Amino acid sequence: MTIADQVTGSTIAATADAKARAAVAAPAITLPAVGERELRLDLFRGLALWLIFVDHLPPNLLTWFTIRNYGFSDATEIFIFISGYTAAFVYGRAMLELGFVIAAARILRRVWQIYVAHVFLFTIFLAEISYVATSFENPLYTEEMGILDFLKQPDVTIVQALLLRFRPVNMDVLPLYIVLMLALPLILWSMKWKPDVTLGLSVLLYAVTWEYDLYLSAYPNGFWAFNPFAWQLLFVFGAWCALGGAQRMSRILASPVTMWIAIAYLLAAFYVTLTWHVPQLGHYMPRRIEQWMYPIDKTNLDVLRFTHFLALAALTVRFLPRDWPGLRSPWLKPLILCGQHSLEIFCLGVFLAFAGHFILAEVSGGPAMHALISLCGILVMWAVAWVISWYKRVADKSGAKAKGAVGNADLAGGG
Amino acid sequence: MKAKVLPSLILLCGCLAASFARAEDIPPAAPPSCEVPAYLLATDSQLPKVGEAIRSGRPLDILVVGSRSTTIPSSEESSYPARLQAVLKDRLPSVPVRVSVELQSKKTAEEAAAGFVKLMEAKRPTLVIWQTGTVDAMRSIDPDDFRGAVSEGVAALQNAGADVVLMNLQYSPRTETMISVPPYLDNMRVVAQEHDIPLFDRFQIMRQWQDQGQFDLFSPSHGIELAKQVHDCLGRALAQFVIEAARVGPQQQN
Repeated sequence: MTIADQVTGSTIAATADAKARAAVAAPAITLPAVGERELRLDLFRGLALWLIFVDHLPPNLLTWFTIRNYGFSDATEIFIFISGYTAAFVYGRAMLELGFVIAAARILRRVWQIYVAHVFLFTIFLAEISYVATSFENPLYTEEMGILDFLKQPDVTIVQALLLRFRPVNMDVLPLYIVLMLALPLILWSMKWKPDVTLGLSVLLYAVTWEYDLYLSAYPNGFWAFNPFAWQLLFVFGAWCALGGAQRMSRILASPVTMWIAIAYLLAAFYVTLTWHVPQLGHYMPRRIEQWMYPIDKTNLDVLRFTHFLALAALTVRFLPRDWPGLRSPWLKPLILCGQHSLEIFCLGVFLAFAGHFILAEVSGGPAMHALISLCGILVMWAVAWVISWYKRVADKSGAKAKGAVGNADLAGGG
Repeated sequence: MKAKVLPSLILLCGCLAASFARAEDIPPAAPPSCEVPAYLLATDSQLPKVGEAIRSGRPLDILVVGSRSTTIPSSEESSYPARLQAVLKDRLPSVPVRVSVELQSKKTAEEAAAGFVKLMEAKRPTLVIWQTGTVDAMRSIDPDDFRGAVSEGVAALQNAGADVVLMNLQYSPRTETMISVPPYLDNMRVVAQEHDIPLFDRFQIMRQWQDQGQFDLFSPSHGIELAKQVHDCLGRALAQFVIEAARVGPQQQN
């Protein structure tokens, strides 16, 4: 009857489908936690997608609902972690069942999809800024408009963009994801051998990155805004959790000591973020701690950010069990639906953020207009996610063969 | 729409009234659109040398080290350093105030700081207002390198015997999708904390004006009026900030 009803119907069908697939595949699998689709992953990935979208728009009312205002980490951490988790879950199984070559081939196909999506977004971005360059000449901003000088050399710029070296602001996540996915065959192969050693190597690479300042350079100068050498830690950690690490950690996660440490850390982080918004509170902040703590580096995934994410995740896992009935409630359906088609919805979010900037620039509206645009963007994301799932259902009906591959790419999506 | 019309009418009336009431060279009373929340103009750090100069009535030489956003093309006298001088003269009638500007167009913090020793020998100011970060953000200089450069620059200025105020980037909504500003804002805050010097948060102040509809910074207008008004307000806010950081009692002020 309503959209929500249809959506409910579709996911139940999808779940049943997943169950059937899992049942077929079960004997060959030694991976733990195989079963029906983890709706919590979809839920939080959907949430991360919405938050990333809102964070990419100029600050407005909805920005206050994003987690970066309440602690060190933000939606990017959630996103990369879940992407690592789902990718390892899907392709790890492919690697066990079908071998390294097939799994690697599938991963590379996924990488190609993400790459194409990135180039598509870049084209839109180019159109937007070319418009700004030709129409905007406010004398207040002559200096800032110098950034558009690269348009004078489209040949170089476009080639550099194809090489992932020239990336506009807000378009940094997909290149990071491409690099991480490229490394995934190696990560999985190593995980198959010894998961804990792989995680150890990942931590080592992270430490080396901090110690020796490893980075990827960008064009025309600078560096990657998300350093893959550092951010791989979250991705590998997600993969490690998916391949049994989470189960082995379950005793630690269930302990009340962990819970209280996590709560204390989150409260401390909340207080620190509060001092950013209410500077008067800054007086109560010991100088020594400030000097030790700042700057909290996003590029290299500061330890404070990583631990903040860990604390959040620990509490989430504890208080939101896998079989929580709320996961089936129609209120969370939009989020879950968006999380299930993450690559498409992520790209859409980036595009909508560009479009939102554009509208805000053309129609000078107050805070209400800002909030309205954010809200509309989220509704569009939901609607498109619904359309995509509708397409997939129709396609599933017409050809059973394609189903497995589609389902896989879908689950492993992200960007 | 209404929210915008009313303040601009008030602004207009205020300007008219002021220009009738006073001679041309005296700045008009602060129009309501210049309002800045008190916390953005308050600072823990102090400017002892400026305070001393004001208390003893010695000349107050201020040097603004900036970039292209320090000025308005073809309208130098309306730029914020010029407005700062006018407002300070008005508020500190017993102190000879002189503001000079050193433009370091298209130079990163590191490149600008390289010339500081010479610059300070030539000018010997009481206070240096160092506005930086824009070029570094546009060239996406490594934020760590940026922090190091600003820190060294500040140290050089302090060693030459001046008080220092750091001023961060403009809030520029149109280029928000092209220039990544936050790391540079954060690092300037860190340097200010390290050296215990005041940071004039130009970015946050301008964003406040945009959010509250006092200015439409998205405006594609080619005209110079908006730039003049914003610089006037920046000059006022900066004057207030300097006086506050100098910790001079009200008796020194007009």
